[in-house]
Amino acid sequence: MSKFKQIVLAISLSGFSAFSWADTTLLNVSYDVMRDFYKDYNPVFQKYYEAKYKDKLSIQQSHGGSSKQARSVIDGLEADVVTMNQSTDIDAIVEKGRQINLGWEKKYADEAAPFSSMQVLIVRKGNPKGIKDWADLIKPNVQVVVPNPKTSGNGRYTFLAAWGAALKQNGGNEAKAREFTRAVFANVPLLDAGGRAATTTFMQRQMGDVLVTFENEAEMIAREFGRGNFEVVYPSVSIDADLPVAVVDKVVDKRGTRKVADEYLRYLWSPEGQEVAAQNYLRPRNAAVAAKYAKQFPPIKLFGVAEFGGMKAAQKKFFDDGAIYDQISAEIAKKR
Amino acid sequence: MKWKQSSVLPGFNLALGYSVLYLSLIVLLPLAALISKSMGLDWASFWAIVTEPRVVASYKVTFGASLIAALINLFVGLLIAWVLVRYSFPGKRFIDALVDLPFALPTAVAGIALATLYAPNGLLGAPLDRLGIKIAFTPAGIVLALTFITLPFVVRTVQPVLEDMEKELEEAASSLGATRWQIFYRVILPTIFPALLTGFTLAFARAIGEFGSVIFIAGNMPFKSEITPLMIISKLEQYDYLGASAIAVVMLVVSFALLLMINGLQWWMTRHRR
Amino acid sequence: MATQIAHKVVTTEAPWVRYTLTGLALVLISFMLIIPLFSVFFEALHQGWGLYQAALVESDALAAIQLTLIVAAIALPLNLTFGVAAAWAIAKFEFKGKSLLITLIDLPFAVSPVVAGLIYVLLFGAQGWWGEWLAEHNIKVIFAVPGIVLATVFVTFPFVARELIPLMQAQGSDEEQAALVLGATGWQTFWYVTLPNIKWGLLYGVILANARAMGEFGAVSVVSGHIRGMTNTVPLHVEILYNEYNFVGAFACASILALLALLTLAIKSYIEWRTEQQAIADRRSATQA
Repeated sequence: MSKFKQIVLAISLSGFSAFSWADTTLLNVSYDVMRDFYKDYNPVFQKYYEAKYKDKLSIQQSHGGSSKQARSVIDGLEADVVTMNQSTDIDAIVEKGRQINLGWEKKYADEAAPFSSMQVLIVRKGNPKGIKDWADLIKPNVQVVVPNPKTSGNGRYTFLAAWGAALKQNGGNEAKAREFTRAVFANVPLLDAGGRAATTTFMQRQMGDVLVTFENEAEMIAREFGRGNFEVVYPSVSIDADLPVAVVDKVVDKRGTRKVADEYLRYLWSPEGQEVAAQNYLRPRNAAVAAKYAKQFPPIKLFGVAEFGGMKAAQKKFFDDGAIYDQISAEIAKKR
Repeated sequence: MKWKQSSVLPGFNLALGYSVLYLSLIVLLPLAALISKSMGLDWASFWAIVTEPRVVASYKVTFGASLIAALINLFVGLLIAWVLVRYSFPGKRFIDALVDLPFALPTAVAGIALATLYAPNGLLGAPLDRLGIKIAFTPAGIVLALTFITLPFVVRTVQPVLEDMEKELEEAASSLGATRWQIFYRVILPTIFPALLTGFTLAFARAIGEFGSVIFIAGNMPFKSEITPLMIISKLEQYDYLGASAIAVVMLVVSFALLLMINGLQWWMTRHRR
Repeated sequence: MATQIAHKVVTTEAPWVRYTLTGLALVLISFMLIIPLFSVFFEALHQGWGLYQAALVESDALAAIQLTLIVAAIALPLNLTFGVAAAWAIAKFEFKGKSLLITLIDLPFAVSPVVAGLIYVLLFGAQGWWGEWLAEHNIKVIFAVPGIVLATVFVTFPFVARELIPLMQAQGSDEEQAALVLGATGWQTFWYVTLPNIKWGLLYGVILANARAMGEFGAVSVVSGHIRGMTNTVPLHVEILYNEYNFVGAFACASILALLALLTLAIKSYIEWRTEQQAIADRRSATQA
């Protein structure tokens, strides 16, 4: 019996020690659809880092829903850097966990968002329902596939894009924007928990007529499901989704990895990093890179979350429990 | 009266002490943390959170779907147990073993497999869709997943009782002129009824908490197909630990009450028989 | 002979009823169990063996399989020891509050996996009860192996105890009392009298607990942190691959878990068969004596 206990103890101790990291490692806690970008970016940065410092660097990745990932960091997941899809997730780490210091968005250029994406409409081959713009989403026979705005940043951007587009169309009339957005969501047959699940529903299960998702997701769909199976429709106006990054101050100070973490994020703005972003269909900030890839990024009118007073205000106004999105859902459920 | 009857067997203190300690560390302490967290709310706000319309709608979906799934399994489980005990057919041992599959198969895998099969373009979903029946991404999908997850319960509680049943009673009833249906209804059913009820309640309790398999197939529409565990997750996504704990406490109380009921029932049964 | 035929007639149904019921049961089992099981293997293999194998020998998949095995190897002995101790106290003794104790042991079984994960976050998370103390002493519980083990221990908590309690109650304690009267110590009685009687039930409980431990998704998902190659168990890895649109990889890993489930069921059947054989042998030796 005692021998057995020794073995159990040894195994559990080895469990502990296996997770106290060896030489230089970084943990990048990111959201779902970023895995492909970092799969490409990490080797590029590692090569640069090893050439510059003659030191080996390993990078660990963790992916999941953006808010879920932020919550893990708040609860103690020791991320050196976080790369999220909305600033509210990083703000939450600042406020609830205090692992990131105030003013993170001023540490890097472009409000600490090295690239951006936007919401586009993805339709079936040949566009059988003739969908051209947001207004077509409220037609009675159109089914719209969107991830759940309560659990997914992707869904929140879609909600805001529809709202903002209607606002522009109606000269800033909030009541009309609300009515339009409700009509869009009345055409949503199911709400997946995350952006990836919504894509699977649309492409794999062939449900719905239009999928609203990030522009860079469209490229992923092409790679995985074949280019001939769908078409991308750029609406007349869309939302600029800034994808912010931050160093987790508390963790890097504890682990002594601030310099590496900072360099890892800063390199995202370098021509090399921007090039990888463009290759993954993320809109780059660097003018030269943007010019080189101009063909794949049609210029369309964009508005930012600043339109709603920032993501934090938008969260409060639209997505908190009992806020506009919940009210709209209740109205839709009653009508059905 | 002493709280423990004396016995010549040793090891009571050690065994009970260890059990209670381990139980406290693994189960009771963490649950106490949950309850104490929800105490951070005053009664009015606790009540407001757990009776919010959307949350109430999710109770209806969760309890409704769990009840339907448990009812389906009451009949399906009885049928399968009956066939396995009373009849013989080729491959019986294999089928008997397969009944436990939902216990052993990870719930997420079950959810993905069922969603793939019953989606409108799936192997089984496509023909059903042509008949106008939609299962995946509707409340019916939730019932399907829960029925799958809880299938073994009724089978496994009824099976041993059926096996142990004395055939003499049935013979006696038959010789007194009872029809087969009367025998089933008057003799067999009362005997297996407590086991049926236990299996039903276990299935119901398990179904209420299920998350992994349901989430892939539910559709998750507000007020229509959102389950209560999803409400907890959705609160957590807003960093609302208090709200999440409050709903979790409600679920915990219901689970506990159901289990207490089963164990009370079993205790009553053993007393009644003696 | 004549009476035997009469017996058969009165204690079973007409052939058409038997065939209908059997057929109905088989159809239901096919739709609910066999086809979903088959579809997992179909999705995993329909693009060929090569891709299937490649998906399994990939380093993240291997790390996930390894972690799953380690977690089960720690969680099961803990619950095994507890199950035996609890069953000994409950089955062999009469005391007040027994019903409540049994209910509490069953509780993890009915608690939603999501809640099971949440409670450990409330205890060990950075914002939880002991978060600060753990951080100061640099001990990682959640988002590391210990947290995953704890969540797994919680969800598999009742299995062994649940299996043993009715078994030991049915067996009573006459044999143990006899051994004690003959001068055996408590431990000797347990090792040589009780354990041989409960070994198959014990194994059955462990096997079910093992299947559940390796397959748990909801609770582990909350406390894992999802670090690729480090804190992903096989069910979490399945979800990740699925979200990467790597359906072959996802179903390949799922098929490993399904195979495990089938293996579990096979061992379970074997155990049941052995128990039956043993019972028959016992009866025979009893009648011979």
